[in-house]
Amino acid sequence: MSWLNAPASETQITHGKRLWLYIVSGLVMMFLVLPSLIVIPMSFSESKYLEFPPEVWSMYWYGAYFDSKAWMNATRTSLTVAVLTFLLATPMGTLAAYGLHVSRFRFSMYIYIVMSLPLMVPVIMIAIGVFFLYAKLGMINSISGLVLAHSMLAMPLVVIVVASGLKSYDMNQEMVARSLGASRARAFLTITLPQIRFSVITGGLLAFLTSLDEVIVALFVSGGENATITRRMFNALRDQIDPTIASISTLLITVSVILLVVAQMFGKERD
Amino acid sequence: MTAITQDAISDVSNEHGLRSDENRERWMVLGLCGPALFLIIIVMVVPVGWLFWLSFIGAEGSFSWENYERLWQSKSYARIFKITFEVAFVTTGICMLIGYPLTYMMSQLPRRAANIAMITVLLPFWTSLLVRTYAWLVLLQRKGLINGWLIDAGIIDTPLRLVHNFTGNIIGMSQIMLPFLVLPLYASMKAIDRDYLKAAANLGASPVAAFWRVFFPLSLPGLFAGMLLVFVISLGFFVTPVVLGGGRIIMVAMRVEKSISLYSNWGAASALAVVLLILTLACLVVAAKLLKLDKVQSGSGGSDG
Amino acid sequence: MSTITTEKTALPITIRGVTKTYGDIYALDDVNLDVRSGEFITLLGPSGSGKTTLLMVLSGFNRPDRGSVMFGDREVIRLSPHKRDVGMVFQNYALFPHMDVNNNLAFPLKLRDVGKAEVAERVEKALELVQLSGLGERRISQLSGGQRQRVALARAIIFEPRILLMDEPLSALDKNLREHMQIELRRLHEMLGMTTVYVTHDQREALTMSDRVVVVNHGKLMQIDKPKQLYERPLSKFVADFIGESTFLPVSVEGGRASINGRPLSLAEAPPSDGANQLLLLRPEKLEILPGGESDSYNCFKGKVKDLVYQGESFLLYVDLDDGPEATLRSPTRREVLDAVPDRGHEITIGLHPEDTIIVSEDD
Repeated sequence: MSWLNAPASETQITHGKRLWLYIVSGLVMMFLVLPSLIVIPMSFSESKYLEFPPEVWSMYWYGAYFDSKAWMNATRTSLTVAVLTFLLATPMGTLAAYGLHVSRFRFSMYIYIVMSLPLMVPVIMIAIGVFFLYAKLGMINSISGLVLAHSMLAMPLVVIVVASGLKSYDMNQEMVARSLGASRARAFLTITLPQIRFSVITGGLLAFLTSLDEVIVALFVSGGENATITRRMFNALRDQIDPTIASISTLLITVSVILLVVAQMFGKERD
Repeated sequence: MTAITQDAISDVSNEHGLRSDENRERWMVLGLCGPALFLIIIVMVVPVGWLFWLSFIGAEGSFSWENYERLWQSKSYARIFKITFEVAFVTTGICMLIGYPLTYMMSQLPRRAANIAMITVLLPFWTSLLVRTYAWLVLLQRKGLINGWLIDAGIIDTPLRLVHNFTGNIIGMSQIMLPFLVLPLYASMKAIDRDYLKAAANLGASPVAAFWRVFFPLSLPGLFAGMLLVFVISLGFFVTPVVLGGGRIIMVAMRVEKSISLYSNWGAASALAVVLLILTLACLVVAAKLLKLDKVQSGSGGSDG
Repeated sequence: MSTITTEKTALPITIRGVTKTYGDIYALDDVNLDVRSGEFITLLGPSGSGKTTLLMVLSGFNRPDRGSVMFGDREVIRLSPHKRDVGMVFQNYALFPHMDVNNNLAFPLKLRDVGKAEVAERVEKALELVQLSGLGERRISQLSGGQRQRVALARAIIFEPRILLMDEPLSALDKNLREHMQIELRRLHEMLGMTTVYVTHDQREALTMSDRVVVVNHGKLMQIDKPKQLYERPLSKFVADFIGESTFLPVSVEGGRASINGRPLSLAEAPPSDGANQLLLLRPEKLEILPGGESDSYNCFKGKVKDLVYQGESFLLYVDLDDGPEATLRSPTRREVLDAVPDRGHEITIGLHPEDTIIVSEDD
């Protein structure tokens, strides 16, 4: 218990005096993390009603998920859209961040604002706007339509992440490469890009995840054969509680955690 | 004489060449941003602009203010705005109350421990919104876990109504919004020089006095920015109120969706969306100004020497 | 005329056996020091020497592993920093950015329940003292570096502490301002009379301002002396090296007599000890050119001129000594002296007056 008497900071306030703070913070952290985790053990229960802890441990609802044609189609759609979003948004966002970083333009401030717009406009507005546009172009329920919309939503995130990566990168290296004879493009591809690859990958992961989890635009723009997993989940939640959702949720949590760990690892390596 | 004239000529052509080089440079930079800008303009700016236009088209198909008038006058819209603001205010308040102590503690931890604590904030952030909403549904139902435990522990006899109402919605939204408060507040707190607290202590302030007189005021810009962010996102929120509100909580975004999917009333929907957009942008501008204020206060502005 | 510290008398500081370790490293190693009442004492040392750590122990922000610190006859080692009642000026000033100058100054007074009217009066007096009258309503961000420094000082003394601690307060200022402020601080000290502990790595600053200087290295106090004593009679190679410029010649010491390559040296004082690691201290300004060659009144060294560097008010002469190392000689630029310097590569004899001949020990 001597730890309680040790100073917690230079002002010599002890850990003991701060105990209440640690307890409150601990509770809040549990509030943040635990609820989502509840879903995991539940997905292994067999009963049709949600129960915790599961009386019988089984993979029944995972089976229900993998056997259902509708769910599998939705999964395929979601994954396809997410991967395509990753492939589209990552290079676009990276090049845009690079362009903004090297420009001495006054305009780059305004361009940056335009790039951040998707983060500022309420998603519902974007959703119905896009719906309206696609209705006119006949792109409702199309994969390409969804990919374009998701790429637009994810773009600012990629730009922000890559831009911050560029900030801690020494641009002089590119100048050295160019003075040694490399063209601007070559210098970027062979010198700069490999060194900011961690930021680029993190941005890409964010784009992937944004697309995978996106609900509102998908609600309007995907449907029928091309319904996404999020759209199906959302409708299911509104109507009745289907325990299949617990298993899907667990899988989604796993994906998130894996991506988060990967991104953190990349971040640490960079340090 | 010839030499001078020749120099003069090549000077002029050099100037031309230099200027066109600089222009080419400008275009190249724009070119890099081009695809991204193009995408955003086509897929977002154009549709949103269209919506603006639509909001001014009345039932007759001609320019009219009637959509906005109806928003202003109709009782049902008034109720929707009232509930939306209530939800946003309460969520913001709760996030502030539980988020500040957590963020404060995190800001005082050594780097390793702070990184680990940050993961508990980032993890829900990266988890799907639907999953988190679903988890609350499961926890808060009549036959759900929380009621189950409370009944088993003998604290209550009949299940509490924790979901499909205002309470459930608030609980869910607070958890979902909390990272949006913690992250800007954390950045703001980390920027507060530790020497300020040492100086305060040296001048005679007990740890409590030093906190309230020095640390807290300096953390306010970050706190307000975080609160504005939570408020603004709550205003436009859709998924959670639908699921956890159970139809009793109708927020603006939900009404917009209903207007389109049920009534195809583009006029009403777009007017509502425009109002939401204006509120959002106003709050974001204020938040941005507060964060700039933060920078000036922490001493990176001002004269030197 | 002192307007602030009138009735209160300054306190002496007694430090005994203070030790602080971080793992295997001794930040402070059994430090003992007596600071007299009203004295201006400077802790001088390189980065990481422990001087700032000691200051932090005095202010209460760093608890040592063991030892005792007394202010007057009161043991304070376990007293929290906010109860110690010492004034402190931080290296980066730590002025509260969300308060204007007046409120920064009023802060310690309000914490001591001083009445509003008295607060206003004392704030104004404090501003006068540091020559910042009229700037009370300015925000900190609007002040220049020098002005901020003075506000920090005023804030540290406004509550009439009997001990003042300063952590490299002038290091952020440019050269001219720094020298001006050194004089200002000294003047304030004379006027107010509080015991002052000053930390710096700048030896010139230490010599200029202090009553006594403590040279610190590796957590140990190497030498405590008046500035002149420290400079003229350093006790170790470290101190001799750290203060002023110097070159060293290895000498052998036997039975209290020193000799170099067989030639005996006339010394100012007895050498510290017999043995191998003894060094002759050669200060550039103490060496003289002997145009007439060897002389009995000096300790003489023969060598060849290596280089002459003209530096304006003085010049540097580099000589390759026959005894081995290269010596550096500094002389004011006087025409007759300059003219007497032989050309490069030529022989030269330089001399050290016995009164300036000091032997120091190598061991740290």
